[in-house]
Amino acid sequence: MIVLESLTKRYGEFTAVDGVDLVIERGQIFGLLGPNGAGKTTTLRMIAGILQPDSGRVLMGGHDIDSSPIEAKRIMGFVPDRPFVYDKLTGAELLRFAAGLHGMTGEEVERRIDELLDLWELSPWKDQLVESYSHGMRQKLIISSALIHRPRVLVVDEPMVGLDPRSAWLLKDLLRSFVDQGGTALISTHTLELAESLCDGLAVIDRGRIAASGTMADLRRQAATQEAGLEEIFLKITRGATDWEIARVLEG
Amino acid sequence: MSLFSEYRLLLRPKALSTRRRGAGEKGRLGRVALVVGIGAAAWPLIYVAIYRLLRSLRLVEEVGPLLAAKLLALGLLVFLGILLLSNLIAALSSFFLSRDLPALRAAPVDWLALYTARLTETLVSSSWMVVLMLLPILAAYERVYHGGPVFLVVALGAIVPFLIIPAAVGSAITLVLVRLFPARRSKDILGIIAVGAVGLLVLLLRLLRPERLVNPEAYRNLVDFLAALRGPSSPWLPSQWGADALTGYLQTAFDPFFLALLWTTAGATVVLGAALHRRLYPACFSRAQEGNENRMRRHAGWRWLERLLRRASLQRQELILKDVRIFFRDTTQWSQLIILAVLIVVYIYNIRVLPLRSGEMITRYLIALVVFLNLALSGFVLAAIAARFVFPALSLEGRTLWLLGSSPVKPGAILGAKYWVGAVPLTFLALVLTVVTNLFLGVQAGLFALSLVSVVGLSLAFTGQALAWGVYYPEFETENAAQIPTSIGGLLFMLGAVASLSAVLAGQIWVLREYLASGLPGRVPRDPYLSEIVLALTLTLGLCLVAGFPPYRAAVRRLGRLGR
Repeated sequence: MIVLESLTKRYGEFTAVDGVDLVIERGQIFGLLGPNGAGKTTTLRMIAGILQPDSGRVLMGGHDIDSSPIEAKRIMGFVPDRPFVYDKLTGAELLRFAAGLHGMTGEEVERRIDELLDLWELSPWKDQLVESYSHGMRQKLIISSALIHRPRVLVVDEPMVGLDPRSAWLLKDLLRSFVDQGGTALISTHTLELAESLCDGLAVIDRGRIAASGTMADLRRQAATQEAGLEEIFLKITRGATDWEIARVLEG
Repeated sequence: MSLFSEYRLLLRPKALSTRRRGAGEKGRLGRVALVVGIGAAAWPLIYVAIYRLLRSLRLVEEVGPLLAAKLLALGLLVFLGILLLSNLIAALSSFFLSRDLPALRAAPVDWLALYTARLTETLVSSSWMVVLMLLPILAAYERVYHGGPVFLVVALGAIVPFLIIPAAVGSAITLVLVRLFPARRSKDILGIIAVGAVGLLVLLLRLLRPERLVNPEAYRNLVDFLAALRGPSSPWLPSQWGADALTGYLQTAFDPFFLALLWTTAGATVVLGAALHRRLYPACFSRAQEGNENRMRRHAGWRWLERLLRRASLQRQELILKDVRIFFRDTTQWSQLIILAVLIVVYIYNIRVLPLRSGEMITRYLIALVVFLNLALSGFVLAAIAARFVFPALSLEGRTLWLLGSSPVKPGAILGAKYWVGAVPLTFLALVLTVVTNLFLGVQAGLFALSLVSVVGLSLAFTGQALAWGVYYPEFETENAAQIPTSIGGLLFMLGAVASLSAVLAGQIWVLREYLASGLPGRVPRDPYLSEIVLALTLTLGLCLVAGFPPYRAAVRRLGRLGR
């Protein structure tokens, strides 16, 4: 459903994403893991068509996001890592706007708006300006805007940031139902417990390159640790800080 | 850490950000070269214009030097007004809206260091353009009156406090207004009150008809007129003190009194501002963070607009509705419409009171010239409005651009919606301005039609140009919409717009040169021929098309490549 071929993005001299190849099958929740600055957000923004790669390509449901952006974006919903939206629109207006961008209007949209706002318990704030929403409420509103047009692919950057435990549980449930109904979800996260419990496939990105990918069993094999949990595998693959380094930082 | 070290530390992030803005971007060198080139071209023009004016004034005995002094005082008064308004707006950003403020308020930072650092930021961001304008003007005064190197010291001594005073006063007024209007709405109300107050001031000044001062016929005799010229027009304002300090040194002898007055006032305003800041700022800042609980209802106006847009594509409808809603709900955006309305009233009033029909001054030649002057001024007003409201259109998407970027919308649809949101009100305003002023002037039908077509063409061209410069020089990080046009892109747009306007005017005057000459004394006056009007119309439309369409197309292409 999502295919990345030699995807590369450079910012001046710095290569943020370096020849990433990845295939994400339909009906999967796929997790992109990596330390800060590894290139996760840049990769996701290229997949969403916000950034254009310097080389390589992204195929979304068979459509090249660069040469056929409209077709590719029509089947996708994107949730960015930081919930910036139009402060001077109300929640309902923002969702109506997002639906309009996907060519949807009328009663069906109004029903969908109510459905989504009810799901996230945002209905009382439906006609309030977004500027009065909390961080978590904005995050829920943006997830709703990504779902308004019933996409086939969801691309979510750091899905749990700002969500309360109940909403986080709800989102996990929603993502699972979404893929069970034939959707495909790509999420980036630092939360290893979430990735381990939710994702069908995983890729660890480090310094712009895919360091390991596959199922949990594949990752264990690549990290050469049979019994380890995802945290240990992650640290091994990304060469995390040693005990000695931590002790040195904490010394008076 | 000493207070001064803390002050420097607080200024460092903004200074570094400004220096590094655009570093590493493709084409940065070209853009810098373009800005330097345009600056290098504009400065000599201003310098030569002022220099020639002062030279000719110097030849007029007695009255000449007085008029030169008056001119400087008037110029500084205009600059003082601009500085006060821009400091009010800039202070709102630097003291209340900046994204780094929560972190700074949470840090153990001395209040005085924070106040002085933010005051410096406010001063620099609102004064740099005025300083750039002042340089060639003061250079011309120096040259005509042989000021020498000491004049540089005197000018520096006068201009620095002249900039400090409106910065300190503007920041203090902002603080008091936020105190008076609690919660987040204060930010909105503040914009309206500040702009409304300045608008009222401009209107009052205009209705006092200061032009009578330079009209000797309004006085009983020359002695009265000279006495009026000698007297300061605004003795309580720093602009007059600055002008007195500068022209005093150049024309008679150096009198330190006015410099002392400027510096003591600057010191006093900073000290009083600091005291006010210490007392009010913590509570004001806290209130400015509070949420706005306004529940929005579906207003009849929106339903009317929705009906009006029904024939447009759904995407275009939604994009236009979104832009219009955000514009009217964000008072930092539309509050400047108040000052705009005042300026337009003043402008129309000026045309109304023109002494074209008094006594022997009435000539067809003069009226025809005023029609072109009217077009030039209306064009300039339209360019300024486009700079303020159309140029920032893409920048205001800022951090929300991800939503459009990840949606199935073509760049042409996004810019197309923004084009019409800008072009329709601008064209409407242009038509009102031109019809009313031309009716007051009693313009001949052919010229009337020509000026109507010109302002419509220019409005459409300016909208395209403003959008294009806005796409090429976006200011995604600027927190206050009113500050976006003061960026380099805004400046370049204004220069481009003025160049287009000049081309249109030059073309029209060239086509109608025979007609204009027929109005001169000793010639047989006639109306313009239809062929002349048609040629002028065609030329105007062609020039407007060339000025507006290619930049717009380039902007659409550029927007499509924005993620590269």
